[in-house]
Amino acid sequence: MVEFLTFREGEAAQEPAVTVESFTGQSNSTAVRIEAGEDARELLPYLDRLSLVEVNFPAFGDGRGYSAARILREAGYQGELRAVGDVLVDQLVAMRRCGFDSFRPDKALDDAAVERALNRYADVYQKTVDGRSPVWAKRHPENVNG
Amino acid sequence: MYRYDSYDQSIVDARVEEFRDQVQRRLAGQLTEDQFKPLRLMNGLYLQLHAYMLRVAIPYGTLNARQMRKLGEIARKYDKGYGHFTTRTNLQYNWIKLADAPDILAELATVEMHAIQTSGNCIRNISSDQYAGVAADEVADPRPWAELLRQWSTFHPEFTYLPRKFKICVIASEEDRAAMRLHDIGLKLVQRDGRIGAEVYAGGGMGRTPMVGPLIKDFVPEDEIVSYLEACLRVYNRYGRRDNKFKARIKILVHELGVEEYKRQVEEEFAHMRTLGLNPPTEELDRIRPYFANPAYEQGLSDEIDRSDPAFALWVDRQVAAHKQPGYAIVNISLKPRGGIPGDASAEQIELVADLAERYSIDELRVTHAQNLVLPHVKKADLYAIWQKLDEAGLAEANLDLIGDIIACPGLDYCSLANARSIPLAQKLSDRFGSPERQKELGELKLKISGCINACGHHHAGHIGILGVDRKGVENFQLLLGGSGAQDASLGQITGPGFSEDGVVDAIEKVTNVYLAEREEGERFLDTYRRLGMKPFKEAIYG
Repeated sequence: MVEFLTFREGEAAQEPAVTVESFTGQSNSTAVRIEAGEDARELLPYLDRLSLVEVNFPAFGDGRGYSAARILREAGYQGELRAVGDVLVDQLVAMRRCGFDSFRPDKALDDAAVERALNRYADVYQKTVDGRSPVWAKRHPENVNG
Repeated sequence: MYRYDSYDQSIVDARVEEFRDQVQRRLAGQLTEDQFKPLRLMNGLYLQLHAYMLRVAIPYGTLNARQMRKLGEIARKYDKGYGHFTTRTNLQYNWIKLADAPDILAELATVEMHAIQTSGNCIRNISSDQYAGVAADEVADPRPWAELLRQWSTFHPEFTYLPRKFKICVIASEEDRAAMRLHDIGLKLVQRDGRIGAEVYAGGGMGRTPMVGPLIKDFVPEDEIVSYLEACLRVYNRYGRRDNKFKARIKILVHELGVEEYKRQVEEEFAHMRTLGLNPPTEELDRIRPYFANPAYEQGLSDEIDRSDPAFALWVDRQVAAHKQPGYAIVNISLKPRGGIPGDASAEQIELVADLAERYSIDELRVTHAQNLVLPHVKKADLYAIWQKLDEAGLAEANLDLIGDIIACPGLDYCSLANARSIPLAQKLSDRFGSPERQKELGELKLKISGCINACGHHHAGHIGILGVDRKGVENFQLLLGGSGAQDASLGQITGPGFSEDGVVDAIEKVTNVYLAEREEGERFLDTYRRLGMKPFKEAIYG
């Protein structure tokens, strides 16, 4: 069973993540945790100093964390972006596409199911922050914008 | 019409295998029903009162004969021989076994169909105008954009767990045949300085808090529609309410923020989004567009119709609409036989319509939000032959937009959310009012029934609407007057205290009598209501 899943090279960040409030209020902390409903854009002035952002999913159906992740990546955040909480195997692909590169689910995931899920879709329709080439770019290799 | 390439096909095939895996895990007991529920819902599979219901997507309501035939075959093989066309222009099977669902999806995939995102809190099937491509008043066929948006919205990673479901409609005519402004987002294609773009309406919808969507942007160029929608959806995903399911639709966010503030936030997000290269290149729209090009119409055909058979002439006057091409017509097929179940079709009827589409309509047909079917490209010379075949199959009812053309949700006969039965009421109403003479006398009168507050039967948008509620364990029907889903969109008002099933039929009789007594030359029921207001109708009902 998988308790922690990472797609990053090297060691995962170990420093405990602090709340957004205490992070922006002080600090020399380099790890922060965003709760659903908190504005990821509050972190944008500090991206250089961050090495870990945890985004909490209180319930798998609460999709605010997907927007939070994409906003951080769109702003150029390069550090570890970790999904924590009610993270299920069936959400991994969408989370990867929104820029998450590590996962600490409340309940451990089945290795084989993770493997199957990650390899199931060879093609995607949207351009996001994961660098995958959308179908429309493959159809028009000479004429892609952006 | 659009055909999949190898990318589209591989995505749909992968979804079938993913769902097969999920169903196997459920059947093997590795997933509990609680864990399985969100997975099956993402694929249009609901657990209803008696069985599973599978909702198949019919993107923008367009399909070909091969696809229609497959729908009939599935009805026969896996259901009790019926399919039910819905107000979302989809098709539902009400008697599905869980173990069969993966095989059904595999069969659908062989004809380029699927059930992706026909439920769940995600972007649903994109809807459009049933006369797209054949209406004389459109600025362009809206379906290439609808197909572009189908692809964009399929497994969109950021917008798969929205606060609530999300419905998008694309039209391109002044006349709104698709209830565009009652969608979460409505796009109306317009032309400006020789360029195509979209007017964007946001925050329309029905349900327990109906709203007509306000205009939030008067022109988004066609090659920026995707990034503009990403901005609309991102604001909604971040700030839409998640504390109360009944306040979670975008209409509540737009209402609570105010239109101007929602617009401001979308504009801010859009300014950012348009820097990210999210829009497919214009070459992609150019790739899709030819699939919807005009078919090879025959030239120089006669516009004459032999009207010597009076029953046929009656049907022509009601069911046949003007086509942009001389010699051709648009045929509306009513799925509202007198005393029947609105939107239901037997496997045999589905297959017959497939045959007619193949032989007489350049292999194309449409589904309408009013739960009827359309043959879009029919030679006027073929109308009589088509009518005869429809008549034999019980499909030649002449009641388009008349009181017998009732929209009704499945109601308590099938749906686990319903409070009241819609179907028996629809049957009683069509028995009472459905004679050809009476329907003709009453003229255009859109009657819509929902069996609960979720409003799948569009009761808010009915000239006459009926809402079934549960009153202390007894079915009770509220009556609404004055709604419209067309370009003059408006929401119906409740007349007053509700009625029993028979009581509401009697009340409608009184309401229509007021109309017949008070109408002025050329007025529809809706026009008379708008002129007179609620008072005389209310007096007639409760006085």
